Amino acid sequence: MAGSTDSAPPRSEPIAAVPVRHPGRWVAAAVLLVLAAMVVHSLLTNPAWQWSVVGDYLFSGRVLGGLLVTAELTVLAMLIGVVGGVLIAVMRLSNNPIVSGVAWFYAWFFRGTPVLVQIIFWSFIGFLYPYLSLGIPFGPEFIFFDSNKLIPLFMGAVLGLGLNEAAYMSEIVRAGILSVDTGQTEAAEALGMTRTKIMTRIVLPQAMRVIIPPTGNETISMLKTTSLVAVVAGGDLFTEVQLIYGGNYKQIPLLVVASLWYLLFTSVLSVGQYYIERRYSRGTSVQAGGNVR
Amino acid sequence: MSDRLMVKAEGVHKNFGRVEVLKGIDLEVRPGEVMCVIGPSGSGKSTFLRCINHLEKVNAGKLWVDGELVGYRQKGDKLYELRDHEVAQKRREIGMVFQKFNLFPHMTALENVMEAPIQVKKEPRGEVRERAAELLRQVGLSDKAGNYPAQLSGGQQQRVAIARALAMKPKLMLFDEPTSALDPELVGDVLGVMRQLADEGMTMVVVTHEMGFAREVGDSLVFMDGGVVVEQGTPREVITDPQHERTKAFLAKVL
Repeated sequence: MAGSTDSAPPRSEPIAAVPVRHPGRWVAAAVLLVLAAMVVHSLLTNPAWQWSVVGDYLFSGRVLGGLLVTAELTVLAMLIGVVGGVLIAVMRLSNNPIVSGVAWFYAWFFRGTPVLVQIIFWSFIGFLYPYLSLGIPFGPEFIFFDSNKLIPLFMGAVLGLGLNEAAYMSEIVRAGILSVDTGQTEAAEALGMTRTKIMTRIVLPQAMRVIIPPTGNETISMLKTTSLVAVVAGGDLFTEVQLIYGGNYKQIPLLVVASLWYLLFTSVLSVGQYYIERRYSRGTSVQAGGNVR
Repeated sequence: MSDRLMVKAEGVHKNFGRVEVLKGIDLEVRPGEVMCVIGPSGSGKSTFLRCINHLEKVNAGKLWVDGELVGYRQKGDKLYELRDHEVAQKRREIGMVFQKFNLFPHMTALENVMEAPIQVKKEPRGEVRERAAELLRQVGLSDKAGNYPAQLSGGQQQRVAIARALAMKPKLMLFDEPTSALDPELVGDVLGVMRQLADEGMTMVVVTHEMGFAREVGDSLVFMDGGVVVEQGTPREVITDPQHERTKAFLAKVL
């Protein structure tokens, strides 16, 4: 209460008790340490790992070239996935039953077929449609494209990965959009904002907080899924590694080379995700400072 | 057309599915008038308020704001529904303050106030920034301009929300139970800002439970119950000499 006396309240004795012992923790830690030591020991002493071969190929030109293709595939496929996903999600939430129905069908179809099949399918689209054209539907055609030139192998792989990703991303984005309080839309409407503005300025930025963590997962997953393009000789890291050990039969060390690079890339992506999440969590912390200008 | 009325409602009906929430509301608000709307929860007062800026579509009857039909255009005796952007355009002139504030949590207080003038009216950023800072000063929150809503108390958030609405230079302000979600000791600050706004001549429709505010600041008082206007008059008339039993019963509970 205000106006209390100046005399300090009597100080209590600090508690001095015997803490509870946790012998189980010590046992578990010891067991795990022994197991870890065994793994490290075998990694170092088993000659079959052929660490010198790993060293030879880790920075070889072909591996680095494959790495570049893997990075390109990941970036392009995720770009298609995110942009397509937002589009499909917004379509799914449309009042027009045809528009939302098409979006539903898209997600149903692409989530329902294996991505491996889609990669092969898009890579060989030229067999199905040897040429593509622009024109009036069911009417005359004006411009012709050779499918194999328009969609080379690499683009086929990108399309297969990206279109499939868009289906998954659309569900993530939709969940994000639905997580934003309807009061936000109302407040924006009351200020006279149009629907497009409300979506881009108010709803999506807030949905990002929900969208980003699973999108980070998707990106990391995509990095590794790109290895599937090896089936169409996509030229990525895994394709190159397979080609090399196909020649010299040193499978284990080359798979280690690939794994080390995949691990490095996913680690970098995780760090990136941390910073992006921090960027979009603006305004959620009660603490002032840090992100207050 | 009605001569210089800010809001005119004629037989306004609104139903949600089979539930009829408004059963024929007739009301008139003059420019500069502060109208307070009271009534038990579920009486339709918030719904009526939301009809004024077309957040809810009226099912029957007509509603005008500043002489213009809300949500429709009349040509001959045919009504044409307004397009989204036309509705949006009309809302720019009507400010609204919500019970739950609904500030944009990803923007600072200042950015909240600046958002609509820049994005909707395309006003130059520098000018808007000055005006927004001035508005925050008027609601007593100059020092909170850089804070995010989560870092503000409820009362502060609501005052930012009022500043945000005022930044669009509205000719009419709608308040939907602006103090109902606030801790009691924070209510006064918000009411103070509203009183100041009323003194400056703003036309206001205020759905509220604050009888003190209604009595001292309101020019007119409307008591709604069961989707109809049961009684209206000056605050003094309605509060000290209610004519209807339902009004008497309600006032007995809240006073």
